[in-house]
Amino acid sequence: MSFEIPKEKNPGKVAEVTIGATPEQGGTRSYSVTIGGSTALPFHFFEGEHPHPPAVAMEVFDKVPAKYPRPLRDEFQDVIDQPWEMARKCVSQYGAELISVRLEGTHPEKGNRSAEEAVELVKEVLRSVTVPIIVTGHSHFAKMNEVMKKVCEATAGENCLINYVEKDNYKTIAAASIVYKHTLVAQSPIDVNLAKQLNILLKDMNFPQEKIVMDPFTGALGYGLEYTYSIMERIRIDALSGDSMLSFPMLVSPGYECSRVKEARAPEKDYPQWGNEHARSAYWEIATAMSLLAAGAELLIMHHPQAVEVVKKKIRQMRAAGGGD
Amino acid sequence: MALSGLEIFKLLPKTNCGDCGVPTCMAFAMKLAQKKAELGECPHASDEARKVLGAASEPPIRLVQIGGAQPLAVGNETVMFRHEKTFFHPAGIAVELRTSAGEEALARKVQDVEGVQLERVGEKLRPDLFFLTHDSGNPEDCLRALRTVKRLSGKGIILDCSEEKTLEQASELLKGDRPAIFLRQGVTDADIALAKTCGASLIVTARTFQDLEKQTEKARALDFKDLILNLDSADLGTQWQRNTILRRSALKNNFKPFGYPLLALLRGDGPHDWLACASLLLCKYASIIVLPDYDRALLYALLTLRQNIYTDTQKPIQVDAKVYPVGEPTANSPVFVTTNFSLTYFIVSGEIENSGISAHLLVVDTEGQSVLTSWAAGKFGGQKIAKFVKDIKLEEEVKTRKIVIPGFVAQISGDLEENLPGWEVIVGPQEASDIQSFVKNVSLV
Repeated sequence: MSFEIPKEKNPGKVAEVTIGATPEQGGTRSYSVTIGGSTALPFHFFEGEHPHPPAVAMEVFDKVPAKYPRPLRDEFQDVIDQPWEMARKCVSQYGAELISVRLEGTHPEKGNRSAEEAVELVKEVLRSVTVPIIVTGHSHFAKMNEVMKKVCEATAGENCLINYVEKDNYKTIAAASIVYKHTLVAQSPIDVNLAKQLNILLKDMNFPQEKIVMDPFTGALGYGLEYTYSIMERIRIDALSGDSMLSFPMLVSPGYECSRVKEARAPEKDYPQWGNEHARSAYWEIATAMSLLAAGAELLIMHHPQAVEVVKKKIRQMRAAGGGD
Repeated sequence: MALSGLEIFKLLPKTNCGDCGVPTCMAFAMKLAQKKAELGECPHASDEARKVLGAASEPPIRLVQIGGAQPLAVGNETVMFRHEKTFFHPAGIAVELRTSAGEEALARKVQDVEGVQLERVGEKLRPDLFFLTHDSGNPEDCLRALRTVKRLSGKGIILDCSEEKTLEQASELLKGDRPAIFLRQGVTDADIALAKTCGASLIVTARTFQDLEKQTEKARALDFKDLILNLDSADLGTQWQRNTILRRSALKNNFKPFGYPLLALLRGDGPHDWLACASLLLCKYASIIVLPDYDRALLYALLTLRQNIYTDTQKPIQVDAKVYPVGEPTANSPVFVTTNFSLTYFIVSGEIENSGISAHLLVVDTEGQSVLTSWAAGKFGGQKIAKFVKDIKLEEEVKTRKIVIPGFVAQISGDLEENLPGWEVIVGPQEASDIQSFVKNVSLV
């Protein structure tokens, strides 16, 4: 028996989705980002095509989360309360390829900022940087519908990534995304069938299939990461086997999820076994992001500049390889 | 490949002597096929039978053990993806030591690694191995380093020493410790003889698939199978793809020459690089990862990732049933109740923490099931929760008499109130993500 490289040909393909719009595409961005298009498991160049690298976004806030970790506050201290400046820093200094504007402050319990304020902020960020924009919301349905509708309208033509809709609240935001030609995140709670169901619901309302990104819902390292990891692998395997209702590129949020956990901020003096918290907050996000890349993530929204740097470097290295041998 | 009873029968003596305890060779063959007997029970089996049956009963990826006092077993994996079944033998994390660093620094490092005592969800997390690189040029350094490691630690040792004489002396020292010997050059007859004498496994290094195949076949021909594969790759992307190719060849094609666990030496520039590479290679399919250096925080992240990836997918991880403090609760802080499914526990405790309040989180034993599932199975009802509150004497520990139950099991509130006189049962939100708003709108103290 002599050795032959065992290759698996897949009938399916991940959809290609473009975020952002240049002047030629009807927007004002200096470039747009296309993700997806893979015909094999992540970074398997020996048996398939991966026309586009996974993209790395960074995140700015209308209202900085109360638990935002000290190591990150220190990193961004001069700009943290000016999200448009923070966006500029993320792009020019840390190499963010997209910017997510998180509008958590519009949540009625977390500041209740108005839809108008949200629109102003997104426009300000659009003026401040020329990369494609992700607009990230929260779980308060009524408020999200109001805010996203207005944001979609005010940014018509920019092909923002509207983040997100879920099974119990998708119609209003999806409709606004269609009308104003944005791309949409379909989020489902770590479940293949629910993910598929939501994509079918979107298809039923004639949502353009080349404008959907799936969010399988990120669990941070040590907080359910393995569930996200395996659901993503299953989704990707189904997509490559030809299930078109699961064949969208996948978005993950290692930044936001890691920033919420104790491990990203608990000081070493209280937990000497855990090591230095500045190092730890970067490590936590690196391990989360890299394993999600292994599972098939195409778009990562990250927080920690050092994690962004190394993740981008690894993506380059993974793509620099030939076909295995 | 498994053999049928009939195929096995053809290899047996066919004397029906009954010495194996089974009246006929055919019946014994059937038992062998069902893995209810072992060939060793037949005193008359031929060498050929032993060889054929031995090969057929081998797992597609060999289980290899390193270390004596605290042994690590890696390999014997059966699936490509953890959701297909599970990954069985958690990858070993090895910390590199160098003899050129000097005796004192080396000892300090060993002691520091020994001092790592991390725990997560009831599981101890620690690095498993030392990878000793002998690069000082002085044979005495190598032997002294080994004695130091043995004195300070029970962890297994991988020895990277290319001086033949020193290696011989070293292996004498490591007899009985099941070391692994890292080979930089192609495996030789002498390597195999040495490994057999001191009970070591061998880590074979190759640059191409062809060379790797040649080396493992050579060892196999000499009846040596405790191998670990180091397919040295030019870059991370190549290594990643080759790991899949090796695993797939072993599992899907039953390609014996690659049926061994894989080792990953980390390349890269500093701890961020190492952790990023280690994270990828841990997912696909390194069974041993060698860290050139470490700090506590890096180990914590990597060991947590290993725990996540190697979690048994068929058995939800459970957290211990008890009261967990969230924030800094006082006797008057409210009590929240949830199940002991680890994901539920993590999400609920995280959301309570993020809400800014402190609370006692009462985790009830539901055998690892989530709220709705365990309620439907009768494992998360009012009586059970009340009994647990009494059993752990919660009423003596806290002054509060407010207990919050998950919104999905609102129907148990009456039952719980009846069984917990004096307590106010408050129905919380269905989704943990709504705990933050819930605590703002309900008086809990």
